Amino acid sequence: MPLDMAAAFDPAELLATHKTGHIVALGLRFVANGADWCEFAIDYDRRLVSDATSGILASGPIVSLMDTAAGFSVWTKRGGFGPQATLDLRLDYLRPARAGQAVTGRAECYRLTRRVAFVRGLAHDGDPNDPVAHLTATYMILGEGK
Amino acid sequence: MSAVALLPYADFLGIRIEGERNGAPLLVMPFSEGLLNLQNGIHGGALAGLLEIAATAAIDATLEEGEDPRSVFKPITVTVDFMRPGLPKDVYACGQVVRVGGRIANVAVTAWQDDPDRAIAAARMNLAITPPAEK
Repeated sequence: MPLDMAAAFDPAELLATHKTGHIVALGLRFVANGADWCEFAIDYDRRLVSDATSGILASGPIVSLMDTAAGFSVWTKRGGFGPQATLDLRLDYLRPARAGQAVTGRAECYRLTRRVAFVRGLAHDGDPNDPVAHLTATYMILGEGK
Repeated sequence: MSAVALLPYADFLGIRIEGERNGAPLLVMPFSEGLLNLQNGIHGGALAGLLEIAATAAIDATLEEGEDPRSVFKPITVTVDFMRPGLPKDVYACGQVVRVGGRIANVAVTAWQDDPDRAIAAARMNLAITPPAEK
């Protein structure tokens, strides 16, 4: 079984207890969540660009955004915070994010087993129908069962 | 190769070139609190960021002097496998250019902490090569 399903998972509550770390350093913002999905956003930041001339956001921060949204989508599906680890993650860069635009990433945990969670997601910079990146990822569920 | 130093995101992660390994730049991402996830390990996104930068650095190292790698190579896909937890200490990464074709460059990258033979993460990356005329 997943963790205590009665205990609803509140991403904002978990994030409030962390004042440092990569999520804070990148300025990732929790936007919304449902029973099996979670959405985060990252504001445009000149420190995160891949090329000072073009001003285009590097691909790395998009991975962090999507890995974070995906990890949280697993906790929402599990119904609580518990140890887990990214097993693998693939990101397709559909087009560069527009300079100056915030990027929003939504991930959905569409299948959860005792040991593995399967996640898919999309990132966009304003129009969800015109995504900048597509995510597929799996997570290992740790710390329960054998 | 020094182009990596010009990458603001690499600066943000604290990444620097430490030397060379098998002919490709060896990168280090020194540990800092800003790299941690909520479970006190290195955030998977930060590891992926390091791997991508190491991949780009490996390609940069194959370019002629004066070519601007940033405008030539654009990431299309990245696939990352996480083999071991990222402990709160320095991470090293080095890329290996598998093939630079006419349109696509393929790079394999690994990251490790204490022992290069015990990778904590590895990535494969496909990058589009933009012909100079289309820059």
